[in-house]
This record gives sequence, structure tokens and C-alpha cells, in this order.
Amino acid sequence: MYDVYEIRKDFPLLAQKFNHKPFAYLDTSASAQKPQIVLDALVKTYTQNYANPHRGAYYLADMMTEEYEKARETVRQFINAKSAEEIVFTRNATESINLVASVWGTQNLHTGDEVLISQAEHHANLVPWQQICQKTGAKFVIFKVTDTGDFDMADFADKLSSRTKIVAISAMSNVLGTLFPVNEIIRIAHKQGAKVLVDACQFAVHHQIDVQNADCDFLAFSAHKTYGPTGIGVLYGKAEILRSMPPYQYGGDMVDTVTFEQTTFADIPARFEAGTPAGVQAIGMAQGLKYMQKLGLDNIVAHEQNLVEYTFARFKELQGLKVIGTSAHKGGVFCFDFKGIHPQDLSFVLNKENVFIRTGHHCAQPIVNRMGYTSLARASFGLYTTKEDIDMLIDALKKAEKFFA
Amino acid sequence: MTNIDELIENFEYFDSWEEKYQYVIDLGHQLEPLEDEYKTDEWKVQGCQSQVWLVPQINNGIYHFKGDSDAILVKGIISIVLMIYNDKNAEQIKSIDVAKIFAKLGLEENLTPSRRNGMLSMVKKIRQYAGA
Repeated sequence: MYDVYEIRKDFPLLAQKFNHKPFAYLDTSASAQKPQIVLDALVKTYTQNYANPHRGAYYLADMMTEEYEKARETVRQFINAKSAEEIVFTRNATESINLVASVWGTQNLHTGDEVLISQAEHHANLVPWQQICQKTGAKFVIFKVTDTGDFDMADFADKLSSRTKIVAISAMSNVLGTLFPVNEIIRIAHKQGAKVLVDACQFAVHHQIDVQNADCDFLAFSAHKTYGPTGIGVLYGKAEILRSMPPYQYGGDMVDTVTFEQTTFADIPARFEAGTPAGVQAIGMAQGLKYMQKLGLDNIVAHEQNLVEYTFARFKELQGLKVIGTSAHKGGVFCFDFKGIHPQDLSFVLNKENVFIRTGHHCAQPIVNRMGYTSLARASFGLYTTKEDIDMLIDALKKAEKFFA
Repeated sequence: MTNIDELIENFEYFDSWEEKYQYVIDLGHQLEPLEDEYKTDEWKVQGCQSQVWLVPQINNGIYHFKGDSDAILVKGIISIVLMIYNDKNAEQIKSIDVAKIFAKLGLEENLTPSRRNGMLSMVKKIRQYAGA
């Protein structure tokens, strides 16, 4: 276990004051704050190492290429992929999923085929599949989530069939906080011959990923949620599947030879990295992942599980507070309804009290509606969240209760 | 109903955001009710985190708007916006500097694009109806 008050010193933004008061940042699910080591890596690269990776053959370009590829290796190790060629850098997880839906989907989906997703998916793991189904004539199938916010595994088994070509699921819900039984889904789906894509955006913030153990075919996550910079994400794909796929976009460095008549394309992962890559961001991302590893993923999980228990205990003080998503397997994401106060009203008062939470549909309208709401308030935790942050949330909620009484 | 000058005067007495916004909530309670039949997508103002509806009525060139929201602070702000714009002709609506009035009220934070409470979209819509 680490000392959370010590490690908070690594995050310069958390020491800021607004209106001369400290604040509680409870929106790590949307984006995480960055440790100094990540910020330093960005500045250092721009001030000492910067050039375009994979382009020149001079000292700076070589150094940049080396750092970029080292970052890829760090990601490989972070998710335990078999080889670094299975790691494609994208703009973000949304682009990663779009890449698979568009490229793999166009190549493999036909009328009569089915794509199966859960009711709890973020729009990023829903709309790309919905759209590719409309284009290819495949059927878009949804399996249910229970009242507690768990996957309805019976419904999953019902909806899965030999027609299912791919199952796309989140490993952890950004609304419910549920840690879904991903390994089981993958095992069952593979028996039916379906591929599986895992949206690990929320999961990666808190938990150890092991793509070989899970045996997923694709996995996506974003750097900005794993304490790294914005503008870069990852698509993991099994090498043989990635290799069978044509390019997504066309341009520099993803080609082998180009004439005016035709082009042959580079091998993976370069094939999917058209244009100047976000090299600096990749280097920053690697530092974010290393930071998490240094603290220890098990320690991060343990820290956040303590906060989950503490939050449930303190929420009991607030009559009329209902947590949406009460799975036994819940991480540090709390959507809640408080006495029917509109989340926007709630967050107005919370903001005045320097408690920063997210409100709205959380880019996952279907699951928010499924749970019986159009808008929800959400507090979410990161590795730097403290009990005092949650105390501030409780105090601010009490204040809001009085204010709107 | 109070007019906007009286409102500005009233707001000068408030020391804290709590007092100010309690008053905003009270104004929301006094808002001319919008019939449920208008609370549909057709009359929804886009770009709001809460649901906001706006319905215009034009009589002899005079504009009268009804509005509502499911968030009570937004509802209060709507009542102020409508107090500013209601029962005026197109020329008057065009000439109103709503940002200035909100600044005088000390409520300017409600009209910033980042707030996403939809008030800016609502004002835009009102001005559109008036051909501004």
C-alpha cells in the first residue's frame, strides 16, 4: 500500500486552490490528472529529443524513433501482449474501436451475421458497431444488464449464436462501476467462433490487464485516463488478425512502396499508423503507465476498494441517496440519484463547494435510460483520491440538500 | 412580476451566492407554466445538460415566450431570460444586450459557453425567432 498523501505531491494540479480553497477532483473516469513525471517527459522530449519518428536517419530522428518504439514496448508489457507489433497507437480508444469496426467489420460482416454488445456500452463502443451493421447488413444485437448493473449472463448466452461474428464489451462500466466478467465472456464467445473486443478504458485506470490470459482479440484504451497525455490511445489486436486487415487510413510511413499505379502497405503496426504519429504523447503515455506500475496495480486496486467501502458507508448518512450500480464487483465509479434533485442543480452547488463531479448521460445514454434516468451525477476515483475528497463530497451533498429543500 | 430594473436592484442586496440563487429558485417557481403538451423534442433547446423547452407566441409583432426546464436553477434563469425578452417586438429583442444585464445581476457565469446549462442556446433561439 502507498501513502496517498505522499503520492499526491506528484500531481501538481492537485495542489491548486480555487477560490482560495482546496478542491476534490472526483472525475477521474472522464480524465485523470497527470503526475510530474509525465509532464517532464513531454517537456524533455520537446526540448531535447524532438523530431518526427520513423522519418529521418539522423541523430535526433533516431532518438525519437527509439523512444517512440520504447513506448510501444512499455504498452506491450503493461497489457502483457505477446509482441510489440500487436500495439497500434491511435488518437484515443474511440478511434481504436472505430478502426476495428470499420476495417475488420467491413471485411468480415455480411447480411445474416450479428454483432453482440451489452446494454452498458459507452457510445464509443456502440455507435461504431451500430453504423457498421447498417452498412454491411449485419444485425446489431444487445444483451441485457440486470438491475444491480451486472451482465445478464443468461441473456448473453441466449443472444450469442453461431451467427455472432464479434462481441464488443466494456471491462468496466463508466456509469455503473461494475467490473464485468470479461474472461468468461471471451471464453464463451470463442466457443461460438466469435471474436471479442474489450473496451478497457475504465478498467485500465485501476486494474492489471493481461491480454494473453484473457485471450481477447482486440482491446482498446486511452492514455489520458491512465495518467498520461491526451491525444493518444492504444489498439491491441492479435498479430494474425491485425495482419489480415487492410489499412484504415492512407498516408506516410504506412506504405511499403508507392508508384502512381499502386501501393503496397507496410506490415503491422505501421500499417495502421498513417501520418505523423503522436510521438511525444506516446512517450508521455509510457511514463504514465510506468508510474502506475511503480505504485503497483494491486496497490491501486486496494486503495480504491477502500474508498469504495468508505463511500458506501458514508452515503448511508444521506437519506434518499440511491447508488445506481450496486454490483458486488464494483470499482471506484459512483453514479447516484439524490432525492430526485436534478444532477445539474446538484453539481452547481457541489461546484460552489469545490467538489468536481460529472453530470449528464456520461456518453452512455442507453444504460442511463435502462437504469431509469435521463441524467445522473457521478463521482469517480483515481489512485490519488482520498477519504477527505469523499468527505468533501458528503458535506457538499448535505449542503445541496438544504439548499434545495 | 417584477421588471428587470427592480430585479437588478434586488440582486444588489445579496452578499452570498446562496442568497442570490435561492432567489433565482424562487423566480423559477413564479415562472408562467408551460403546458406539458409542449414538453417534446420539437420545442427542446439543444445543447443543454438538463431538458429545456422554449415556445414562442407572436401577436401583432409582439413576442411572448414560454419556457421550462427539469432543473430548478435553470428554470429560475429561464424566468430571468424571459423577463428580459418577453412582450417586445423584434427590433427591441435585437437591441437587448443580455450579457450586460446578466453581468449587472452578477449571474454572468450562467451565460458562458462552458456552463452548458443551455442558456446561451436559449438566448440564441429567442433572437433567431425575432430574426436577429
